[in-house]
Amino acid sequence: MASGLTKFGNDLYTGERSVPFIGLRRIWLGLAVALMIAAVAVPFVRGAGDFGAGFNFGIEFRGGSQFQVSDASSVDPDIAEEAVHSVVPDALVRVTTVGDDGLRVQTDQLTDAETQDVAGALKDAFDTETVDDSFIGASWGADITQKALLGLGVFLALAAILMALYFRTWKMSAAAMLALLHDLVITVGVYAATGFEITPAAVIGFLTILGFSLYDTVVVFDKIRENTSEMGEESTRTYGETVNLAANQTLVRSINTGVVAALPVAAILFLGSFVLGADTLRDISLALLVGTIIGTYSTPFVAAPLYAMFRQGEPEIAARDKRTLAQRAKSLSTASA
Amino acid sequence: MATSSTPVRKAWRSLGWLAAIIAVLLGIQTAGALFWGWGWTPKLALDLEGGTRVVLAAQLAEGQEVTQEQLNQAVSIIRQRVDASGVSEAEISTQGANNIEVLIPGPLDPETQERLQSSSKLEFRPVILAGTPSTDAVGDDGTETPAPTDEAAEPDVEPTEPAATPNPEPTDASDPNWVSAEIQKAYDDFRCDQIDEVEANLAPADKPLITCDDTGQIKYVLGPVEVDGADITDAFSGQRQGSGGVNTGEWVVNLRFNDKGGAAFKDIGNRLIGLDPPRNQFAAVLDGRVITAPRVLGVTDQPEISGSFTQETSTALAQQLKFGALPVSFEVQTRDSVSPTLGSSQLQSGLLAGLVGLILVVIYSFFQYRALASVTIASIVVAAVLTYLVIAILSWREGYRLSLAGVAGLIVAIGFTVDSFIVYFERIRDELRDGRGLTGAVEAGWKRALRTIYAAKGVNLLSAVVLAIIAVGSVKGFALTLGITVVIDVLVVVLFTHPMLQLLATTRFFSSGHPLSGLDPTALGAVYRGRAEFRVSAAARRSGAGREAERRQTIAERKAAEAAALDATTAKPARTETPARPPQKKKSGSKKGKR
Repeated sequence: MASGLTKFGNDLYTGERSVPFIGLRRIWLGLAVALMIAAVAVPFVRGAGDFGAGFNFGIEFRGGSQFQVSDASSVDPDIAEEAVHSVVPDALVRVTTVGDDGLRVQTDQLTDAETQDVAGALKDAFDTETVDDSFIGASWGADITQKALLGLGVFLALAAILMALYFRTWKMSAAAMLALLHDLVITVGVYAATGFEITPAAVIGFLTILGFSLYDTVVVFDKIRENTSEMGEESTRTYGETVNLAANQTLVRSINTGVVAALPVAAILFLGSFVLGADTLRDISLALLVGTIIGTYSTPFVAAPLYAMFRQGEPEIAARDKRTLAQRAKSLSTASA
Repeated sequence: MATSSTPVRKAWRSLGWLAAIIAVLLGIQTAGALFWGWGWTPKLALDLEGGTRVVLAAQLAEGQEVTQEQLNQAVSIIRQRVDASGVSEAEISTQGANNIEVLIPGPLDPETQERLQSSSKLEFRPVILAGTPSTDAVGDDGTETPAPTDEAAEPDVEPTEPAATPNPEPTDASDPNWVSAEIQKAYDDFRCDQIDEVEANLAPADKPLITCDDTGQIKYVLGPVEVDGADITDAFSGQRQGSGGVNTGEWVVNLRFNDKGGAAFKDIGNRLIGLDPPRNQFAAVLDGRVITAPRVLGVTDQPEISGSFTQETSTALAQQLKFGALPVSFEVQTRDSVSPTLGSSQLQSGLLAGLVGLILVVIYSFFQYRALASVTIASIVVAAVLTYLVIAILSWREGYRLSLAGVAGLIVAIGFTVDSFIVYFERIRDELRDGRGLTGAVEAGWKRALRTIYAAKGVNLLSAVVLAIIAVGSVKGFALTLGITVVIDVLVVVLFTHPMLQLLATTRFFSSGHPLSGLDPTALGAVYRGRAEFRVSAAARRSGAGREAERRQTIAERKAAEAAALDATTAKPARTETPARPPQKKKSGSKKGKR
């Protein structure tokens, strides 16, 4: 595998082999747009017309009471439901198994007295001493999210300015931001489609995707900037081809960083949630895993073609491309002559 | 190209700096552990250690805003309440613009929760008895404190029920008959520093109350509640207007009541003004403590409290009277308790997940980079040591606590940290592909990689900083760990990874391009092309001089390129995305010229 990837990397570097990121940009960008439309449509369909209803919001957004049962004698959800109903007959109960001897029981908002009674009933039912109860006001998650959205806005604005300054063109900044939007929308769409719970921890995950997605894009754009700025008048490649070569030359690096970033995240996801049971870890890592994969994908397939598209229309670049192509055609005709 | 000795010397110098940084951090941590009672492990947040977290949200009317000052005031009042309930080591802090977070180690007993939740109660009661527990004192709010009727109480008091019915039946709220033998006994025994333990200051509204003032200097027996704090419509401080509208410069607190409160207050005035001290005083009782007990000097429904106020003290009293103890009322938004068992199992989950993630990354690195992966691993170890020390020091000095979200941030950081090594290694490989020797490739690759790493990590750091400043709660903890690791990552790449490669580049194993070194030029495809066929030289592409040389050669090159293109088209149609190879021959010329 290693030598295969190394060889692949060599070929990509020289241009011997090449993925036509720019050449087939209509396909890639069309795919991106289609995916984004689907990502927006899914919650509408699931929520039967109501966008918000398409998501499975965690208790932090719904509000309610939660009981965490550890060291339980069994993990039968029916027992838990029975225990809750013995105190509050008409309560809505959600039971999740956590690890091999834990349960998480979520109910509607209960009064303090009811909470104590339910905790007692659960202790009896599962023959355990450790039942942690929490109460979450419905505004809690919204509060965190509101702050997160504000942070998102400020970050995007600052990052756009920073990138425009660093790359000395707002077009790279714009392409990176659009690719980032693509990542976020699709990740959110994945959450809607799969019905994964959206919790504040998942929101943290979304926010981290921003950092990673931009990170990946900056690395590739840096190479693009390097290659295109060194294009002389006598360049044998069109602008798009130069961008494409840069994206290809950094492809192996992209794959490697993507894999390396995803590995620990996947480890948290599978160990932390399915085996051991820690909600925060699961929620963060799920968002991150989805985001890392999409973020790595979007750099060459969305950001690079977008950038090439933005630049190709510039008179100077268009003129040079025309010259390059003419020369190529000339040498072709010379060859066939 | 520099001689090999310079990079080696630079490498050792960088490593020296790194050692110095680690030594300083280690020194701080050791000193902390020896002299300041620090522990060697970072303090853990509630979700890992167990405990209860209560988030109180300010209840605001539409358009109303709570100032940071009000929030801080609320924090100190809530801190008093929590401390008073005997909970030690509670952490109370503002969170965001209108929340207060209370962290309590261990479970939350119902009484403490009641204290937190209850919006404070303000009531007006007439004074029946007043006295100093120890020495004579003058009330700090300017009311004359009557001579103590009683001397200091004995040290140990039993919790008392002050609510016993006195005999004979009292006729009004100021009637000394409220003071039954039991009450008198309780009052005699009462000590202000025990006010919270005996809970004597919690009495029903229609019963007398034994309590102290909020500085613990005067103790009182108060009659039943006559005016409720809810009847106050406004309280404000201002300077007294003397006769003829002259500003006397004396600070006073003005009270305004609704109709019911105003009428009731007038009645108190009428009754109290004819009584002897201390019964001519009425007390404003907040959460069971007397915040002020002025004498009645006149009968009004718009009282004015005077005394030796400053602007600050009058404003503070006005605020207390207006809002109850808290400048705004609060509601429990979230209550979350985690048992220590659950906490430690969460920590274990996190650590195990981190370990497995680390092992996976290491395995993948070995697959990809062979012996070079050992540099990755060593770098991760150095980064881990630095991160651990920084987090430990932060936690003991700045009160940072490692939460589960923080642990997740650290695990995620493993991947992000290794990413920058990959960026660097791939750059070196690119340079090797261009036909450089290893020492040269390391230096040239480094220069370009560093730029990329700075830019990319800059974006990462930006996201962490913005989140840490704006976000609240667990998001903040996560952003902080991520930010710390980004900085450490850059530090490690500059001061460790690069110097190590500089040193390794001089060893035979790596410089000879051993197949297992991960830097084998053959495997990287560098040797398959003859020297004349090397790809665009990095140096030539980058350096201005090189480009200058290229430009001068334009005509010759163009001819060469045309000739080459001719070759190319016979081999391969030119119209492909793949740039035709042979035209690049021209550039090898410029490169040769430069070297």
